[in-house]
Amino acid sequence: MKSKYDVLVIGGGPAGALAAKTAVEKGLSALIVEKRPAIGAPVRCAEGIGKEALQEFIDPDPRWISAEMTGAGIVAPDGFFMRLSSAMAGNKVGYILDRKVFDRELVWKASEAGADVAVKSRASAPIMEDGVVKGAKVEYCGKVSNVKAQVVIAADGVESKFSKWCGIDTTVPAREIMSSVQYVMTDIDIDSGATIFYLGNEVAPEGYLWVFPKGKRSANVGIGISGRKSGEGHRAKDYLDRFVQKTFPNGKTIEYIPGGVSVCRPLECTVGNGLLIAGDAARVVDPLTGGGIYNAMYTGKLAAEVAADCIGKGDLSKAALMKYDQEWRASKMGKSIERNYHIKEYLIKQPDEKLNEIIHSVSNLNLAEFSTLNLIKEIIRINPKLVLELGALAASLR
Amino acid sequence: MLKIHRDICGYCGCCVSVCPEGALELIDAYLSVGETCTSCGICAKVCPLGALEVVNEK
Repeated sequence: MKSKYDVLVIGGGPAGALAAKTAVEKGLSALIVEKRPAIGAPVRCAEGIGKEALQEFIDPDPRWISAEMTGAGIVAPDGFFMRLSSAMAGNKVGYILDRKVFDRELVWKASEAGADVAVKSRASAPIMEDGVVKGAKVEYCGKVSNVKAQVVIAADGVESKFSKWCGIDTTVPAREIMSSVQYVMTDIDIDSGATIFYLGNEVAPEGYLWVFPKGKRSANVGIGISGRKSGEGHRAKDYLDRFVQKTFPNGKTIEYIPGGVSVCRPLECTVGNGLLIAGDAARVVDPLTGGGIYNAMYTGKLAAEVAADCIGKGDLSKAALMKYDQEWRASKMGKSIERNYHIKEYLIKQPDEKLNEIIHSVSNLNLAEFSTLNLIKEIIRINPKLVLELGALAASLR
Repeated sequence: MLKIHRDICGYCGCCVSVCPEGALELIDAYLSVGETCTSCGICAKVCPLGALEVVNEK
């Protein structure tokens, strides 16, 4: 670790790794600081990603793919099962990753391209000069060093602190944090080629419960409930334990994973003077699905591209870096976050009876293109009344 | 004051994201509480495991 870099990246997850890799490929020097002693652990993720989304950044590799998905299913509050399949039977639609290996691979690729990496190294404060971020104080084994940088990319995840220290409000409203727990379970009877989502107020209030296969008889079994529905005796863990006892009484839990997933709108502004914010720290998780891996890689890469451009022009002001904020908001990802936020807000307000009605109307769906957008479009096609209920939003779905 | 049951805490950072005072910080596997904590209890409510508790000061 040197004392000066062009780009200092805080956090060694997918956003940080893509940011550092992109920066060095643009000819800049970059350092990733990761507060944990290992890249990729502990996992805080259900590990699902769409096939095309993944391939935009990296070719799938069996070393970090736990399972390939060919379909999905939704279990209505009343237990009714709706199967979703790809129009092309047997077609791969997505993957369940092994994040411990995947994250390591991404950071390895960044370091191979020339980035420096420091683990067990925590950014404990920004270095500010005249209101401009100029680096960070980095703690390693009780020793604090100053690391100066032309620009800092904060990719420090859901528990992000860095941007808050720089004066940006990153607080997630309690109702918009998915309070989550997941068990990696083995020796359970599952459909190893499909992700299953369970909905309903009794199962997962204002959230959902998932079974994401990790192999033939193994899966990530997890739940996210709204923070406002959480409390003593009815926490995410209570709901999950009840489900597991009923559904997989003989399964074995080999990993215990708590977590928080933000389903709010992204930060009002994701840049500051000398600062760019990417991934979960920018609150760019998909508010409907809770998926964040693609969005992290996308924003991490874009942040570094804009940083490189601005370093080239010698202007790292907030105004110059705004190009990053504007570009991701106008992107397919940005639009999809905004749209899915509205759909999420609509769905969490529906009583179980309404969800049953919607899901019963479509018992079997063959999607030409496997995406949440296409799923919603199909549901609306079959339930034209929903167009009225979804109001202005419906126009953007046609 | 805020009491952390460290035997229950899974150091996931869910609480850190909702703290309006920025009083919580996750230092690897150790959750730290700063002086700005107002014992509002939002973190205790959202914790997926029930590791946080607001207790009355004596």
